[in-house]
Parts: sequence; C-alpha cells; structure tokens
Amino acid sequence: MNPNRLAAIATKEIIHIRRDVRSLIIVVLMPAILVLLFGYGVSLDLKHLPVYVFDRNGTQASQDLLKRFQSSNYFRIAKVANSYPELAQAIDSGKATLAIIIPHDFSERLHDGGPVEIQAIVDASDDNTANLAVGYAQGVLQGYSSDLQVEWRERRGLPRQFVPLSTEVRTWFNEDLESSAFIVPGVLALVMTVIGAFLTSLTVAREWERGTMEQLISTPVTALEIMLGKLLPYFVIGMVDVGLSTALAVYWFRIPFRGTIATLFLSSALFLIVMLLLGFFISVIAKTQLAASQIALIVTFLPAFLLSGFLFAIEQMPVFIQYVTRVLPARYYVSALKNIFLKGTPVEMLYADLLPLAVFALVLVLLATRAFKKKLA
Amino acid sequence: MTAAVQPALTIRGLTKSFPGIRAVDGVSCDVYPGEIFGLVGPDGAGKTTTLRMLAGVMPPDQGSATVAGSDVVHDPEAAKHDLSYMPQRFGLYEDLTVDENIRFYGDLFGVRANERRARSAQLLEAAGMSEFRKRLAGKLSGGMKQKLGLVCALIHHPKVILLDEPTTGVDPVSRRDFWRILYNLIAEGVAILTSTAYLDEAERCHRVALMHEGKLLFLDTPAKLKSGFAKGVLAILSSDARRMKEELKRVEGISSLVLTGDGVHVVIEDPVRRIPQIKAQLVSAQVPFSEMRQVVPTIEDLFVDAVTSGRSGGQG
Ligand SMILES: Nc1ncnc2c1ncn2[C@@H]1O[C@H](COP(=O)(O)OP(=O)(O)OP(=O)(O)O)[C@@H](O)[C@H]1O
Ligand SMILES: [Mg+2]
Repeated sequence: MNPNRLAAIATKEIIHIRRDVRSLIIVVLMPAILVLLFGYGVSLDLKHLPVYVFDRNGTQASQDLLKRFQSSNYFRIAKVANSYPELAQAIDSGKATLAIIIPHDFSERLHDGGPVEIQAIVDASDDNTANLAVGYAQGVLQGYSSDLQVEWRERRGLPRQFVPLSTEVRTWFNEDLESSAFIVPGVLALVMTVIGAFLTSLTVAREWERGTMEQLISTPVTALEIMLGKLLPYFVIGMVDVGLSTALAVYWFRIPFRGTIATLFLSSALFLIVMLLLGFFISVIAKTQLAASQIALIVTFLPAFLLSGFLFAIEQMPVFIQYVTRVLPARYYVSALKNIFLKGTPVEMLYADLLPLAVFALVLVLLATRAFKKKLA
Repeated sequence: MTAAVQPALTIRGLTKSFPGIRAVDGVSCDVYPGEIFGLVGPDGAGKTTTLRMLAGVMPPDQGSATVAGSDVVHDPEAAKHDLSYMPQRFGLYEDLTVDENIRFYGDLFGVRANERRARSAQLLEAAGMSEFRKRLAGKLSGGMKQKLGLVCALIHHPKVILLDEPTTGVDPVSRRDFWRILYNLIAEGVAILTSTAYLDEAERCHRVALMHEGKLLFLDTPAKLKSGFAKGVLAILSSDARRMKEELKRVEGISSLVLTGDGVHVVIEDPVRRIPQIKAQLVSAQVPFSEMRQVVPTIEDLFVDAVTSGRSGGQG
C-alpha cells in the first residue's frame, strides 16, 4: 500500500464529485432534503393495532372510552378480556400490542372530577411499535378527557374554556412528534445508503464504461489502493452527512438524542463501511453505470426504505419477509439508530445491531477484494 | 541493432483465444531500446489484444513476454513501473484538466512534483499544448487528447511504450507533433511498440510487422521489405480510380489492387511486360487514365497484397 498512490486516487475521486452536479446534489442537499421530507411530511401510522381490553368498571362511561379506541384508526379491539392473566398471555403471545385496563372505580372517580388512571400494558418486544401505541393511546385518552372536561364545565354552567381546543392541537402535535422521533433517526440509514452504496456503485463502473480503467490498471497502482482510494472520500462525506443530518434532526425537529455522539458515529461508520463495500462490489460486477445504479437501488435503497424498520415495523411484516430482513444491513443500523436516539443505549448494549454489521463488513471485504482484479475480462 | 543490446521487449509464442476466435496466434518478436516498432494490420487482426497482454492487463493463454526484463506473464505487476500503455480508446479523465491528468499519472508512478513539472512543461511544449493546461481533457480536440495521452504516458520516463493506434482520427498537424515526440524518445533509449492504421506511418517505423488473423506475416525494416518483394507495382493515374479498379479486376494475373489518392497501384509479377495488355483493356473499356509506370512498392502495397492474396488469392 503506497500512501501517495492512495492519495492520488482519492484526490481524483474528489474532483469527479466536485465536477459532477448530480453527485454534488446528492452529497450536499440530499441528506437535508430527506430529513426535512420525513421530518415534516410523514406521519407514520400504525393502523389497527390489536388491543385487549379489561373493563373492570363496566359502565356507560367506560364503554364510551372503549368506543373511542375502537373508532380510532390506530386500534382495533381484538377482545374484551376478563382477567389480568388473559391480558398478560395475549401480550406475551403477540396477540395484542396493547392492553387497556379500566379500573373498577372509573366512573365514580370521573364523576368526582378525577384524576383517573387508566392502566396500559404494551408489548415491549418492538420498542417502536410499543412507544407509538402508547403515544396513540395517550392521544385517544386526552381527546376523551378534554371532551369530558367540556361537558363537566357546561354542566356546572362554567364558561367555556379553550383548553379542549388546545388539548386537541397538542394531541396532533404530539402524534406528529412521536412519528418523526421514530422516523427521522432512520433517515440516516437512507442517507448512508445513497452515499455509500449508490454513489460508489457508479465509480468503478464509470471507469470501465469510459475506458479509463484499462489505462489505470496498466500503472503500478494496486487493486487495494484503487478500492480504498475510491471509498475514502465517500466515507468522509458520509460521516459529515451523519453529523449534519443529526444536527438537523435534533435542533430543528427536536428529536430526542439520548445516546452519545461517539456511539452514533461508531455505528454509522460501521454501516457506512458495509454500504461502501457493497457499492464497490456492485460496481465491480456490473461494469456499466446504469446496471450498477439499478442493482444498487434494488439491493440497497429499496430494502433500506421498505424493509429496514425505518418506516414500517418489521414485526408487522409477513413472517417470511421478517426473515428476509435479517440479511439486510439497514435493518440493524435502523435499529441501532433508534436505540441510540430514543433510548440512549450504550455501545456495549448494541451488540445485537452492531455485530451483524461487522459480519457483513467482513464478508464484503472478502467479496469486493476478490471480485476486483486488475484485469480485463 | 548490435547483438550486445538486450531487447527491451521479447515476445515468444504469445497466444490468446476468445470464444470462437484465436485473436493472437503464436506471435514472436523483439523490440530494442531506441527502436520504433510498428504493428500494422486490418481490423480484428489482434493488435489490441497483443498490446493488452504486453501491458499486463490481459493474461495470455500461452507464450511468454518480457518487458524491460520483467516477465509480464507470470508477474504482470513487475514491469508496470517501466512501462506505459496508451489504449486504443482514450483512457484519460475528461472531467479532469490537462494538468490534473498529468499529475494523477505522475503520482501513480511516484514522480516527484518538481520533476513532474519540468517534464510536463517540456512535453506539453513539444505537443504544442502549453496554453491548454487548465482545460478539461474532455474539451480538447481529438488530436490534443491523443497528445495528452502521450504526455501522461511519458511522465515517468518509461523504458517501454505501448501505443494502440495513437494517431487514428488525429489531424495531420497533431500527428506530426506526435511523431516528433516519439522520435525524441529514441535518443532516450525508449523502446516503442505502436500499432497503426496508417500505412504511411508504418514507413516511419524502424521495423514493421504485418499482423493478420492473429499472426505476424512480415517483420523487417520497411526498406528491406520493399526490396525483398518479388512482385512489382504499376502506378496508374486516373480521374476515375474506382471504376478503373473494377475494370482491372478482369485482368488475369493481377495479384492485388490498391487504391491511392489519384489512381491505383497494381501489384503484379513482371509489371513492365504487362503494360500493353493492361492499357488495351482500359482503352477498350473506355476508362480514362493518364499515366502508367512502374514504381517502388509502398508498405501498403505489400501489406494489402499479403492480406488479400492470403485471404482469397485474388483482388481486394
Ligand atoms: N474481450 C474480447 N472478447 C471477445 N473477443 C474479443 C475480445 N477482444 C478482442 N476480441 C476479438 O479478437 C479479435 C482481435 O481483436 P483486436 O481488438 O485485438 O484486433 P485489432 O487488431 O486491435 O483490431 P482493430 O483494428 O479493430 O482495433 C477480434 O476478432 C475481436 O473481435
Ligand atoms: Mg485494436
């Protein structure tokens, strides 16, 4: 490995990026655009989550509350249960995402002006779905309680307050915030995928296509120098984009960031390396830019978008698809991101996410170095 | 070429097949330091494949080759410091400037910055490109591109240079610059192997070989090839050379016909004796012609004759 030749390849690659409007847009604007797009535009809806209810009150009031759950799009009352064990069992077996217990003194305490505590049990196996379910449940409960408040004040002839209205608005806002908190961290996976796999998939293919590879491989530069020299600039760009996207998410969208920067960058570096190697590998085997970009789209971007758990909870996918997701690097990175952002999981607890990524990286190093030869076909 | 001088390039029995075709078939030759060796041949003759194997970018099926003392078959990387290869297709980066391309290749060969600046200034001057250093390579004319390719190829003082049809599609002025630079390298003791589509360029080489269907048919200096040619050549000037060529195909005993700018070269045995017969034929067919005389054969006459009589025994 000769550092000067490595630097020569990397410098040349940077010039290519600088002089290509398409690459520049992807490198500079795309991360911001994606964060904004998903930060503002997407309100993630988990629809019709199965709910078990245990109504210990059994009054008109408790029925009203349950009706609200039923009529919200987010929930579907799967069963009216009669005991705690039944609820626990339903949650454990995955038959219910959420269980709601209405206390026996629900209507009395409501009548006295509260406060009333509604107990909710969630299936915590999928943290995101659980959090969302709780968020939605809170929304439903708040909507209900603000309606009650209006009634309560009217019955007593008190002047109408605008609290209900503001509660209504806050519910909306909360819902939206909950969604973006789950989605925006995952946007990093998209950004890394585009920069890592998509852009790099073009680099080697472009050299074959334009005929520059033939002259390049007639020089003393080694295959490894070509590979690393080409990937290095994208690695740096990717890491900068991680920083920028995270800053945008945290400071603009107020997405909670409970983990450490170091953990975020470490996990991102690992995923980025996987994507870079994959992009390089695709580029080597495809030999044309069009084929390379299409393969990259199908193999990396679409799965990262649809199957990584970024937008759609993996647990809600058909079982077969769930197995498929296990070979998707993006799945592990999205999971790591959510853990880092929302739970502040320390790095040593992220092995379930990071270990598979390390394995992918190793396998791809072998594949990529083996596939790329300083030879014409 | 004295016996004491070691060849810079030795090729022995080099062979390469692709599905359905033996592209290079047992090619052997040597190229010496300070020599320009021309490889001439029709499309698909195997020139590019030969050069690729010598450049270490394509492994041969059989045979051996050494470049500057290194075995390129068993260790293709070993010779790469002493070698430069200019592919048939423009191999530089169109979105890099002239200087950036030169710098890139300089860096890959470990040329130090001050050395590179001096060398590239001198080469660009010789190429008449000094004022284009900041221009993107993609914005250069075809001739300029090829000259830039040569400058990049020479930046590290290679011992062996492999050029694949470097002047195809290049304007005459650039071609002249190009050849001047090549001649300057002879003094540096560089061995140059170039394929060419222009037979007038073949005459400028120290030695030439005709490649046809993967084999080398002739190999010698242009002068010896011409003097050793058993047949003779008649040059006939005509305002309608194409029609004349068609008409001459009827004449028996003509080995081959080569169109020139202003007429036809007739390759034929014992040419002077055949003049009356050919004249009569042209007159009776009412083909206009002005002059008919025996001339020294050109390399093109030789090669066209070798290729066409090898192919069909008749005219091309
Ligand atoms: N990579 C390849 N795969 C398959 N066939 C090939 C390949 N490269 C060359 N050939 C075939 O080998 C033969 C020799 O090709 P080559 O390019 O060496 O000829 P050439 O003398 O350089 O011709 P040209 O004057 O057209 O450049 C041709 O028939 C060509 O089709
Ligand atoms: Mg060729």
